[in-house]
Amino acid sequence: MSDANWQPRIVAFFCNWCTYTAADLAGVSRLKYAPNVRVIRLMCSGRVDPQFILDALAKGADGVLIGGCHLGDCHYGEGNYKTVRRFQMLQRLLRDMGIEDQRVRLEWISASEGERVKTVINDMVEQVRALGPLNLPQRRQDWDCEMTHLAESAGESAGESEAAEPRAEPEAAHA
Amino acid sequence: MKTNQSNGDVRIGFYICHCGHNIAGMVDCAAVAQYMAKLPGVVVSRDYKYMCSDPGQELIRQDIREHQLNRVVVASCSPLLHEHTFRKAVAAGGLNPFYFQMVNIREHDSWVHSDRAAATAKAKALGNAAVRRVRFHRALETTRVAIQPDVLVVGGGIAGIHAALTLANAGKKVFLVEREPSIGGHMAQFDKTFPTLDCAACILTPKMSAVRAHENITLWSYSEVAKVEGYVGNYTVTVKRKPRYVNEELCVGCLECIAGCVFKEGKFPDEFNVGLSKRKPIYIPFPQAVPPVVVIDPERCLQVRTGKCKKTCLEACADRKAIDFTQKEELVEIKVGNIIVATGFKLFDAKRIPQYGYGLYPNVVTAIELERLVNSSGPTAGEIVLRDGRPPKSVGIILCVGSRDVKTNRWCSRTCCMHSMKLAQLVREHTEADVTVFYMDIRAPGKGYEEFYDKSLKEGIQFVRGRVAEVTDWALAPEEEGKLVIRVEDTLAGFVRRMPMDMIVLAAGMEPQEDAQQVRRLFNMSCGTEGWFLEKHPKLAPVSTFTDGVFIAGCCQGPKDIPDSVAQAGAAAAEAMALIDKGYIEQEPNTAYIVEADCCGCKSCVPLCPYKAIAFEEAKQKARINEALCKGCGTCVAACPSGSIRQNLFEDEEIFSEIEGVLAYV
Amino acid sequence: MPDKPKIGFYWCASCGGCEEAVVDLAEDILGVVEAVDIIFWPVAMDFKKKHVETMPDKSIVATLLNGAIRTSEQEEMAHLLRRKSQYLIAYGACAQLGGIPGLANQFSREQLLRYVYEEAPTVVNEARTRPQTSFQNNGHTVALPDFRNVVRALDQVVEVDFYIPGCPPTPKITRAAIGALLEGKLPPKGSVLAPDVALCEQCARKASKPDDLSFKEFKRPHQVALDANLCLLAQGIVCMGPATRGGCEAVCPAGNMPCSGCFGPTSRVRDQGAKILSSLCSNIAAKDEKESRDILAGIPDPVGTFYRYGLAKSLLRRKVNLPVEAAQKAL
Repeated sequence: MSDANWQPRIVAFFCNWCTYTAADLAGVSRLKYAPNVRVIRLMCSGRVDPQFILDALAKGADGVLIGGCHLGDCHYGEGNYKTVRRFQMLQRLLRDMGIEDQRVRLEWISASEGERVKTVINDMVEQVRALGPLNLPQRRQDWDCEMTHLAESAGESAGESEAAEPRAEPEAAHA
Repeated sequence: MKTNQSNGDVRIGFYICHCGHNIAGMVDCAAVAQYMAKLPGVVVSRDYKYMCSDPGQELIRQDIREHQLNRVVVASCSPLLHEHTFRKAVAAGGLNPFYFQMVNIREHDSWVHSDRAAATAKAKALGNAAVRRVRFHRALETTRVAIQPDVLVVGGGIAGIHAALTLANAGKKVFLVEREPSIGGHMAQFDKTFPTLDCAACILTPKMSAVRAHENITLWSYSEVAKVEGYVGNYTVTVKRKPRYVNEELCVGCLECIAGCVFKEGKFPDEFNVGLSKRKPIYIPFPQAVPPVVVIDPERCLQVRTGKCKKTCLEACADRKAIDFTQKEELVEIKVGNIIVATGFKLFDAKRIPQYGYGLYPNVVTAIELERLVNSSGPTAGEIVLRDGRPPKSVGIILCVGSRDVKTNRWCSRTCCMHSMKLAQLVREHTEADVTVFYMDIRAPGKGYEEFYDKSLKEGIQFVRGRVAEVTDWALAPEEEGKLVIRVEDTLAGFVRRMPMDMIVLAAGMEPQEDAQQVRRLFNMSCGTEGWFLEKHPKLAPVSTFTDGVFIAGCCQGPKDIPDSVAQAGAAAAEAMALIDKGYIEQEPNTAYIVEADCCGCKSCVPLCPYKAIAFEEAKQKARINEALCKGCGTCVAACPSGSIRQNLFEDEEIFSEIEGVLAYV
Repeated sequence: MPDKPKIGFYWCASCGGCEEAVVDLAEDILGVVEAVDIIFWPVAMDFKKKHVETMPDKSIVATLLNGAIRTSEQEEMAHLLRRKSQYLIAYGACAQLGGIPGLANQFSREQLLRYVYEEAPTVVNEARTRPQTSFQNNGHTVALPDFRNVVRALDQVVEVDFYIPGCPPTPKITRAAIGALLEGKLPPKGSVLAPDVALCEQCARKASKPDDLSFKEFKRPHQVALDANLCLLAQGIVCMGPATRGGCEAVCPAGNMPCSGCFGPTSRVRDQGAKILSSLCSNIAAKDEKESRDILAGIPDPVGTFYRYGLAKSLLRRKVNLPVEAAQKAL
C-alpha cells in the first residue's frame, strides 16, 4: 500500500433503531458521502464492547465510529448511557496509549437524521485523513522486526507477528 | 454462477442483487460475485437482477437443495427492508432461517457513493465480513410472546374515536384516554367539513355517543397517560385521572350548577371558543360534550383555590349530589397489549408572524376563530361579525401562515387550502362580503376537492396568487381608512397590490403538540426532524412505529384531513387487531443468555437490564436471564467482565469476524 | 529403572517471585525433586547454557519459564528452551501476559534508559554513561544483551504449550499443574492451567456484594480504611476480580486488598482491561455526562489499573506512537 494511495478505513458500529435507520434514510435520500466507512449493525450502542473498538484498531482500522440514539431516546431505555460512560473512560485510555481523540468517535444520530450521517462521516473521514494512517498491523510488524534475525537463527518464526522480510540488521528507528 | 469447492462443514451460498440499476449502476456485481467465490466456505456465488423477487428467492431455495448449502448470504438492500423476506426464503429451502446474513450494499453503498471502484471495493469488504460472520451463526427459533387482547387508545379526537369504535365493534376491549374534559378533538370545533359541507357536529356526535354507549369502551376523559412499562402484548400503563370535582356517574348534565355558580357571568377565556367568549370556573366544554358532565377548573374555582366559597353550585345540584370537592387525582394501572396514539396537533401561533398583525389588529383572526363565529353554537350564534359587531363587507383569507415557510415551518399543513375555501363559501353564504383568498398554490387533491375549488370560483370568491407581505392599518388612500390593508404581489397580474379588507383570516398551519417530545418518550417512539411522530415506513407502514405494539394515527403523525385521519385510525385498529387475533407475536431470537458454567456470580450484570430480565439465583450463586423478558439490546453482553453472557445473532465471534472482514484488503 | 522426566526452570524479565513460588511448594518441593530430574535452574543450580545446548531436542519434558521477554538474551534462551523441551510452559503473569514489566510498553527505550541512567533523582552520571551491548576491558570482551524496544509475553516470541497464571502462581496452582504434567493428564495445548471462571466465585466477600451495585465514586486502597468483610467494589474500590480468572482462592481480598488481575482474563475475553472498563463504566450511578466523568476521575491511571499485568498481551500491546529504535551498537 503506497502512501499516496492510502485511504482512511473506518469501522462503524451503528445501532439498529437510530443510526442504522438514519444511514438507510441517507441512502433513500441519495445523499452522497465518503466511501471509507464500513458499518457493522448492532441492536443497540450498548452492545458495543470496548474490545470491538480496540480490536478494530488492532486489525488496521484508522478510526472507529459508534452511532447510537440520542440520550433519553434509546429504544431499550438506557443502553446508550452505558455507551457514553464506557466511551469517556475509553477515550482517556486511548489517549494514554497514543491514539488521537478524532480516531474514535461517538455520535448520537436519530432515525430521521439522514443528513447528519453524511456530515459526520464526511467530517470524520477528513479528520482521520489529516491524522494519517494508524495501521497498527504494520506498526506491530515494525516492532517485531527486532526479533526477526534471532528467530531465524533459531530456525523458527518470530512469535505471533506476521513473517517479515528477513533483515540482517534490526530496523532503523522511525517515529 | 461461480462455484468453488469448500473444505469443512460450512457451505455458503452468496448472492448479490443488482436491484435493477439501483445497485448494479454503481457496484460491479459480477466482480463482487467473482471475488466472493474465492473466499473460504463459499460454494455458490451468484449475481442476479432482483433477489427479492420470486425467481430470486427460488434460486436460493434451489441452491440450498442442490448444493447442500448450510449458510446463505445476500448482498442487496437494507436488512430493515428484506431480511424477513430472505429468511423466509431460506426456511422454505429447508434451512433454519437464522443461518442467513444480509449485506446492505444499496442504502449504505450504491445509493450513497459516486465512485464505482470505491463502491465495489466496499461491497466486497462488506461481503467478506458477512461470509466470515455467517460461519458462526447457529440454528435459532423465534419465540412467541402472548398478546394481551385489550387496547389503549390515547387521544379522543376523530382518529382516536374511530380507532376505538372499530376495535370495540370487533369485540376488543378498549380504554380511550383523553386529556380534555370531552372527546371530539379539533373536529368538534368545526362548523362544516369540506368538501361536502356536512355539519361537523352532525357527523361527529353520533360517533361520540357511540363511544360513550359502547360496552367495550372504557372512556376516561380528563385523564392522561403517566407511565408506560412493558413491551408488545404486555404493556402496563398508568393513567392519571384528573379530578373534575364532579362525579361522572351522578352528573346528569342538567347544567344547573353552572347557572348557580357564584360567578354571575363567564369571566375566563372559553377554550372551546378559542377565547372568543368567556366561561365560568364550572363549565361544560360544549353542549354535546361526551361525557356530558360538567367540569370544575381548579385554577379558577374559588372553592378549589381558596376553600372559601358559598358553593351555590352544590345547592343547584341539590339531591343529585354530583359535585364533590374532595376528589383527588387518581393513578390507575391497566394492562393492554397494544397502544394507538392519536394525540393530534396544535395550531401554529400566528403571533409568530407579526407582519400579519394577529394580536395587534382586532379584526385579524385565525381560521379556527372564524370557524367558531360561523358556528351557530359559537360565541356569536353563527353571526359573522367584526369585533365591533358589524358584519364585514370584505374578507381576506391568507394561506400558508406558518406553513411552507423557511422561517417558521417548512411543511404544508395540507388542510388549509380546503378549509379556507370552505370558510370563504360559508362567509359568502352568511354575509354579503367579498372574499379574497391569498394563496401560493391551491392544493385540492382529495375526492371532490377539485370540484370544491371550482365551486368556490363559481361563487365569486376571488383568488390572488401571492405571498402576503403584510397586513397594515396605515391608510394611504381614503378607501383604506378604517380598514386592514393587505399588501401583496399579485404574481399572476404582475404587480404589487394594496387591498383593503374589513376582516383578515389567517390560515394558521398545524404543528406537533407542545408536549410531543415527552409523549413520544412515554411510548418509546421517535419523532421525525419536524417533530411529528415517526412512522416505521412512510409508504408501507404509515401507522406503525419502531416499537412493536405502538401505533399512531391522525395528525400526530403529520398534517392531514378528516378522511385521512379516519383511514389511518382504521389502519391502526387493523394492525392492532391482527396482533390480537393472532394471539402472539414472534420475537426475533436475539436474546442474551448466560452460560451457567462460565458465570462467576459477580452480579455486575443484574442492575443493567431495563426490563429486569436478569436475576441473581441465590441457590446457584449465579445470574440468570429470563428469556421472555429479554429484548436483545446486548448491553449486558458487552458489560460482562468475564465474557460469560452471550447474545444470539450477535455473538462476540460473529462481530469480531465482521470486524476482520470489513478490514480485509480486497 | 526408567529415567526421571527432565524439568527445567528459567527466568527472564522477572522479579524472582516465581522462583520463590517454586520454592514455596515447601515440603512438596522434595516430592517434586524426587519425581523429576531438574536439569536447568539458574537461580538454584549450577547448570550452564552450554549444558542445555548439548541436550537432544525435546529431551526436556517441560520447561517452566517465568518472566517477560525484554532482551535479546531472553529471546535466545526462549528459542533454545523451546527447541529442547517437549512442553514449554509460561509460568507466572510475566511469561503469560507480559506482567508488570509490560507496563514499560507505555514508554520508549530511550525514555526508560534516560530516566534510569540520567534523570532519576538518585542517579549521578555526568558522563551520561549507558549500558552497551559490548565492552572491551583489558583485552576481555564483556557482552550484554540488546535491550528491546518492546516487552513481550513468552508466546509473542515462541510457541507456548501451557500457561500457569499468577503473580506469582500459588503453590496450589503450581502443584496441580506439575501433578497434571507428571500424570500426563494435560488439557488441550494452549490452555491456562487454572479455572475458567472469574474470581468472584471463590471470593469470601461475594455474598456481601449487592445485586444493584452502582458506583457513585471510586477510591484507591490507600484513601480509605477498608472493611475486611464487604465486597471491595461495594466500597468503591476497583477490584479486578470479576474480570480475572479464579484459582488463587482470592488471597488478595482475603488480605484486605483488591484483586489486581494477575491471573489474567478468562478464555472468553480478548482484552481483560477493556472488559473491566466496560463493566465498571456500565454500573456508574450518574446519568449526567459531567458527573460520570467526575466519578471516573477516581481512577487516575486506567492503563496501570486495568492492564497492570496484561498490557503486553492487550489488543493494542504498546503505546502506538512510540518509536522503534535500532539495536544498540557495540563500542
